[in-house]
Amino acid sequence: MSVDAHLPILQIIVPMLTAPVVTLLRVPSLPWAAATAASLVAFSVALSLVGAVDTASPIIYELGGWQAPYGIVLHVDHFSALLLVIITGASSVALAFGKPSLDQQVGQERAPMFYAAWLLVVSGLCGMAATGDAFNLFVFLEISSLATYVLIAAGPDRRALMATFRYLILGTIGATFYLVGVGLIYMMTGTLNLEDMAVRIGDVADLRPILVAAGFITVGLALKAAMFPLHVWMPNAYTFAPHVATVFLAACSTKAAIYVLIRFDHVVFLPHLSEHGELTTGFLMPLAVLAFLVGSAVAVFERNLKRMLGYSSVAQIGYILLGVSLLSTTGLTGAIVHMFNHALMKSALFMAVACLAFRANSVQLPDIAGAGRAMPLTMAAFVIAGLSMVGVPLTAGFVSKWYLVLACLEYGAVGYGLAALVLIASLLALVYVWKVVETAYFKPRPAGAPELSEAPPMMLAVLWVMALANVWFGVNTDFTLGLAGNAARALSGMGP
Amino acid sequence: MEILALYNYWVFAILLLIGLYAVIAKVNLVKRMIGLSIFQAAVFLLYISMDKVEGGTAPIFRSDVVGAVYSNPLPQVLILTAIVVGIATTALGLAVVVRIREEYGTVEEDKIKELDSDS
Amino acid sequence: MSGATAIALALGIPLAGALGIAVTGRWANLRETVTLVTAVVLALVVWSLVPGVFAGARPELEITTLLDTLSIGFRVEPLGMLFGALAATLWIVNSIYSIGYMRGNDEKHQTRFYVCFAIAIFAAVGVAFAGNLLTLFAFYEVLTISTYPLVSHKGDAATIRSARVYLGILLSTSIGLLLPAMIWTYAVAGTLEFTPGGILDSLSGPAVGLLLGMYAFGIGKAALMPVHRWLPAAMVAPTPVSALLHAVAVVKAGVFTVLKVVVYVFGIDLLAGGGFSQWLVYLAGGTIVLASLIAMTRDNLKARLAYSTVSQLSYIVLGAALATASGVIGGALHIATHAAGKITLFFCAGAIYTALHKTEVSQLRGLGPVMPFTFAAFTIGAISIIGLPPFGGLWSKWYLALGALETGQLFAVTVLMLSSLLNIWYLLQIPFLAFFGRPSPDSAVSGVQEAPLACLVAIGLTSAATVALFFLADPLYELAARVPLR
Repeated sequence: MSVDAHLPILQIIVPMLTAPVVTLLRVPSLPWAAATAASLVAFSVALSLVGAVDTASPIIYELGGWQAPYGIVLHVDHFSALLLVIITGASSVALAFGKPSLDQQVGQERAPMFYAAWLLVVSGLCGMAATGDAFNLFVFLEISSLATYVLIAAGPDRRALMATFRYLILGTIGATFYLVGVGLIYMMTGTLNLEDMAVRIGDVADLRPILVAAGFITVGLALKAAMFPLHVWMPNAYTFAPHVATVFLAACSTKAAIYVLIRFDHVVFLPHLSEHGELTTGFLMPLAVLAFLVGSAVAVFERNLKRMLGYSSVAQIGYILLGVSLLSTTGLTGAIVHMFNHALMKSALFMAVACLAFRANSVQLPDIAGAGRAMPLTMAAFVIAGLSMVGVPLTAGFVSKWYLVLACLEYGAVGYGLAALVLIASLLALVYVWKVVETAYFKPRPAGAPELSEAPPMMLAVLWVMALANVWFGVNTDFTLGLAGNAARALSGMGP
Repeated sequence: MEILALYNYWVFAILLLIGLYAVIAKVNLVKRMIGLSIFQAAVFLLYISMDKVEGGTAPIFRSDVVGAVYSNPLPQVLILTAIVVGIATTALGLAVVVRIREEYGTVEEDKIKELDSDS
Repeated sequence: MSGATAIALALGIPLAGALGIAVTGRWANLRETVTLVTAVVLALVVWSLVPGVFAGARPELEITTLLDTLSIGFRVEPLGMLFGALAATLWIVNSIYSIGYMRGNDEKHQTRFYVCFAIAIFAAVGVAFAGNLLTLFAFYEVLTISTYPLVSHKGDAATIRSARVYLGILLSTSIGLLLPAMIWTYAVAGTLEFTPGGILDSLSGPAVGLLLGMYAFGIGKAALMPVHRWLPAAMVAPTPVSALLHAVAVVKAGVFTVLKVVVYVFGIDLLAGGGFSQWLVYLAGGTIVLASLIAMTRDNLKARLAYSTVSQLSYIVLGAALATASGVIGGALHIATHAAGKITLFFCAGAIYTALHKTEVSQLRGLGPVMPFTFAAFTIGAISIIGLPPFGGLWSKWYLALGALETGQLFAVTVLMLSSLLNIWYLLQIPFLAFFGRPSPDSAVSGVQEAPLACLVAIGLTSAATVALFFLADPLYELAARVPLR
């Protein structure tokens, strides 16, 4: 068997097995190099998986040769391949970007453990995306969560510890809820394989426990996905984590939970639970709308840049969930494409903030006054990524907004209102992005503030790669829309 | 009587709520971790309860016993994994509490909030 | 040179110019040379397209396809040719003027000023040549954003406040109304390509009126009341910005978009057939009169000119709303004639500020003999805007009135007449005061004290243009008449 056949498992075990090795590396910079290399390998594996699913979808990989539903299988289709690209891509660019910032914030002494935890996050998230087994998914969810707590706790501010603790409590409750849901389904169907579950739910006479399970799973994953109003852990966790860890986590950690939510909804529940469609829409839609309205509004008044972007993420997750709640192929396409595009714009924005913080030693808005002149390249990248978040044409954000609004309009009378709300929230996004731009470009540097200079070349280079990616994926949508469209069609049962 | 027949599920529900209450209501971080452990233990009970087969014995296959009824081994294996995850969570949580205690000198959340608002 | 190459060059040259200006920013003379050369080359390229478009060619350039049938592409048709040629030509004149003004007033951040100006021209050309609504929208937004640093150029608190109003209104209308209108159009028509005769055949009933409303107010740059507030706010910018951008490029991009939408998205038959644009006639008429009345009360010269612009822009919207051939031709002509007249007026206002540092109309009393050339040019510009021969402004009003008469819209005819009277009052009052008013005792200025030569050259060129537009209006009319209405 060639390597190609083992790609799905390599995706998970390359970072997982590198992690313990990294803990042993005591030479400065070596842990970073090893982690980056492992992450890049994982990224190339993800890209080859994208190429592979295009020809034969989905890829089923039987662990240890045990057949489903008895053994655990990895299940890679267009959707999971896209998510794998997001996860490993975000990890790779964040690591390539952030060495100077991480050296500053984490230090050499804690570096081996930190990078090991980082790789475990990658491994766990990839596992969530790739596995086809509900319980295995729980294990990967916890691997990624536990390692994420470590990353956040590595933040230099002591408030990072309380942020970690709160996230740990809520994250564990979320994961446990998911476990209860899976247990209930197992009781009724006797299987843990997602595809098999979907088939067997059709034979279950009493669907009430399944509906309860759907409730537990939805709430549990919503907690992990930071869905409004279960987002309380997220802004602080993002704020106090090391800047580069925030780049990575903001790009993909909540996406994995949303991915699982979508998979469960569309593969397991929707085909057999007639009430589930209405319940999903009725539950998700109002919360999604509240999320992007409240999240954006709070972000407008926030003066801490990282927390501002954190609340903006609450809003962006609202957009994704709105697309999901419409239960249409267009809506799903918009949601999936936005998962990718949001990862692009948010990581670029957090990178720019990391550059600013690297020089200004602060993420407070007033402290970056005058940065437009002192750090022109950083701020220009921020502007591009910010415009992408507002959804200006020719940026990635526009593509996803377009699909979401189109899906809203397809939805009928209520949809017109929803479309209007989406656009209002975009205006709010404009306000908070503009607040930063105005401070950086048009406010003079206060007297006595430390002089700013441009960020290190490596950070700038990666930041610009991401900023330009925002433009590239706004202009050339073959890759994103191709994958997202196929994924959405497959999920809504129309075949790729 | 039917309600009582499902008593282990009642225990599951009650333990789940006790744990959740402790997690939400307690100010002391260690007590919240204890609550979290109770919360997780409740789920372990759910899984263990569902694997019980009427009259079943431990699922250890022996060639000399024919026609024995076994309990379902799968949930037991699952919950063994879940227990490991739970221990890891508790250990990590307590480690964070230790670090909090080092930094703040207290594990009471209200005091920590005060200290943070001062700084 | 093929059409596609010319379009690519017309977009590339200002961008390359912006880069060149940024690089040469340290050497003022070199930087200004780059600006002028860029402007001249751009004008040559744009004008090279004119004969072809006259002969019926429609050069196209497709950049990329975004989603399904949405693309970023360019297609030069007569209306866009007119606007593009206008913006490119006036950029030369304006660059000459800017050099005199910026140096004369010793402004800061001059490199940023010229860079943003070049980007704004790039955006204006993009708007002019856009082949579909999406492309137009993209460049429309670039135009908004690239002009923000120009408006907030001075950088003090009051300026930034005004600049925020500017940006806030323009962006919120475009994202809040224009974008949804566009998506709605796409949902109905399945395309956003500009097509002669329109693409909205399947839409009928009040929905047409509603969609038209979303466009009319969504295109905030057309400054239809009540979304006109940004234009007076933009007057905090240095005068060359007000002259080229807020009398020509930005505001004309707005009314140009309105014309484009009416002609190529709705199609005038759809609008005329159901009378869906009737309310827009009233609204535009109301804006014309109201803005004129406000202009009369403004003592600040640039504010008065700004309200005059608000009023004049609604002439073009009115022309579009009439939904007749004469209306569209009148609107298109007015884009050019008003541009020449208003840019002259702004140039004069800037010259007065540079030479004498006067900003209020009441301060100009008796200053005619001090700046005879400037005030003479001001008179010419004012008469052209009022619409008297022998100046270009006559023709556009002529066709607008013709369009109004054809449709029997007495309301519109009355508005046009009334507005001309008001124009006489608030525009001619200024040279009248300057030449015949008694100088106030505290402004002890004697002898001739004109603005720098570069400014005067620019003023001379644009006031000559207003005259030329009267005598050489035929090619302009021919171009406007080639706009395919069905």
